[in-house]
Amino acid sequence: MRLAPPMSIRSRREAPLAAVVILAALVLVAIFADLLAPHDPTLPVPGANVFDPPFWMEGGSTAAPLGTDFQARDILSRLIYGTRVSLIVGLMGTLVAGAIGTLMGILSGYIGGWVDQVIMRVTDAWLALPAIVFAIFLAAMIGPSMWNIIVILGAVYWTRYARVIRGEVLTLREREFVKLAEIAGASKLRIIKRHILPNVANTAMVLASLTVGVVIIAEASLSFLGVGVPPPQPAWGLMLSEARPTLLAGQWWLTVFPGVCILLIVLATQLFGDWLRVKLDPQQRNL
Amino acid sequence: MADRILEVRGLKKRFPARAGLFGRPRGWVKAVDGVDFAIHAGETLGLIGESGCGKTTTSKLILLQEPPTEGSIMFQGRDITGLAGAALMAYRRAVQVVFQDPFSSLSPRMRVEDIIAEPLEIHTDLERAAIRQRVAAVLELVGLPSDVAPLFPHEFSGGQRQRVAIARALATDTKLIVLDEPVSALDVSVRAQIINQLEHLQRTLGVSYLFIGHDLATVAHISHRIAVMYLGKIVEHADSDALCARPMHPYTKALFEAALPSHPDDRHAATAVAGEVPSAMNVPSGCRFHPRCPATMPICSQVEPVLQPRDGGGEVACHLY
Repeated sequence: MRLAPPMSIRSRREAPLAAVVILAALVLVAIFADLLAPHDPTLPVPGANVFDPPFWMEGGSTAAPLGTDFQARDILSRLIYGTRVSLIVGLMGTLVAGAIGTLMGILSGYIGGWVDQVIMRVTDAWLALPAIVFAIFLAAMIGPSMWNIIVILGAVYWTRYARVIRGEVLTLREREFVKLAEIAGASKLRIIKRHILPNVANTAMVLASLTVGVVIIAEASLSFLGVGVPPPQPAWGLMLSEARPTLLAGQWWLTVFPGVCILLIVLATQLFGDWLRVKLDPQQRNL
Repeated sequence: MADRILEVRGLKKRFPARAGLFGRPRGWVKAVDGVDFAIHAGETLGLIGESGCGKTTTSKLILLQEPPTEGSIMFQGRDITGLAGAALMAYRRAVQVVFQDPFSSLSPRMRVEDIIAEPLEIHTDLERAAIRQRVAAVLELVGLPSDVAPLFPHEFSGGQRQRVAIARALATDTKLIVLDEPVSALDVSVRAQIINQLEHLQRTLGVSYLFIGHDLATVAHISHRIAVMYLGKIVEHADSDALCARPMHPYTKALFEAALPSHPDDRHAATAVAGEVPSAMNVPSGCRFHPRCPATMPICSQVEPVLQPRDGGGEVACHLY
């Protein structure tokens, strides 16, 4: 009798449809925000009041389908433009973190010696600091702006790359094809470029896909705390922050909609990252 | 005989054996403990011995993967220990290696043409077209069609991969190739093809080999001269024919007895040597083979024998002679 492979494993080999659909939708929304948003996200909706509820509730109107905020701005439009901030910060922040971390991990693992010691001790110190506190500190130092946030989050989250990539490099440099290149007279730079980097690329990709969600949350947290994307630029974390005083007053639409958006984007990136990890890991791939 | 391409004199390599994190060395592992040999141009020297006898350490020293503790390695009359700059690059260009496992010695993410082209890219400033031509030429030299160049290593069988590794070793105008058990990982049917290919290449290109192995039949077949290593020392060396016709050192004899007879009906001699190779940290006193030797004498545990000329050429280190 033939047994079908267990469902959990089989389904893991296929792309996570929900995650891909959500991510694709969010990317399209971010790109076509100008066409999709009914109103300017930074200006009050003409003729609307502050704290208008969503259209299906009493007092709501289709002019601002998801209601208005404390400045009578359209929440839907702010959510749509906020997608841009979240995606740009999430992807670019991950890119910066990945670039710094991968470089440090390779230097640490391949060169070894005191270089390794210095980089790893710095990494330890970095990891000992709570990420958000560290990010707030840096944000307070260099001032809030979207591009500063990207650099800050890159500088905060590079350590996880450095650790993991270093481990990979330590095993790679003992592999025979690396020895063969050394014996053929290849320079360190050449070995890193031709032999190390291509072989840690998979790992870096998986780490990146799992870091995007973390970076998006961190951006939302910084914006919520007032050291992130400065108002009146629409960012989801900032929307939550602005809605906080009215949360108990019953105006739930101010917080629930941005909250759901953050939930969806992080869930989608994590699901996608998890699938990528299984797909690119040769030991799990051939199950 | 023709000129000596590589000459090793008094080569020693010790590794510290440490206890704990900051422990002082509690002893030294004498992996290679005074080895002399020479390889002539166009010649194959077979280096044979059990696991742990120091053959691979010897090859690492020659390939400058480890610095020797003592002794000299002369390549074309020049000591290569401590070479740097252009002289080092010239050595790197002239000496290549083929490892045992063709599955781990070829980068899984590089195409065969890039793997073979790597030494050319490092040592020559040839243009892409010229490098391609050279790659195609060496592929044909090792018996592979040149249109396999754009394939990845996983698309080849073990024997084909080993051919690719040999092609890479030949890409520059190589003078010496260290063959570190190049056929041990291959099917028996493929071994003979690779060995014949290596012999053919040597005849046409005049390249020298240092052939490291533990399979006596293979080593005896390809080598012009054979050196038998035991616990970091050479115990016997001679021309291949002389050694096979009359092995003298009890260890060499044991190796021959351990090899399979050439005909299934031939009687297989009882294995004369029992036990394992002693640790290279605690080398036995006197002759290092005496605890396992079937012909041991009182003197063997006290005086270490030195290499002396033996019948039929070569040398042997044993108190029997």
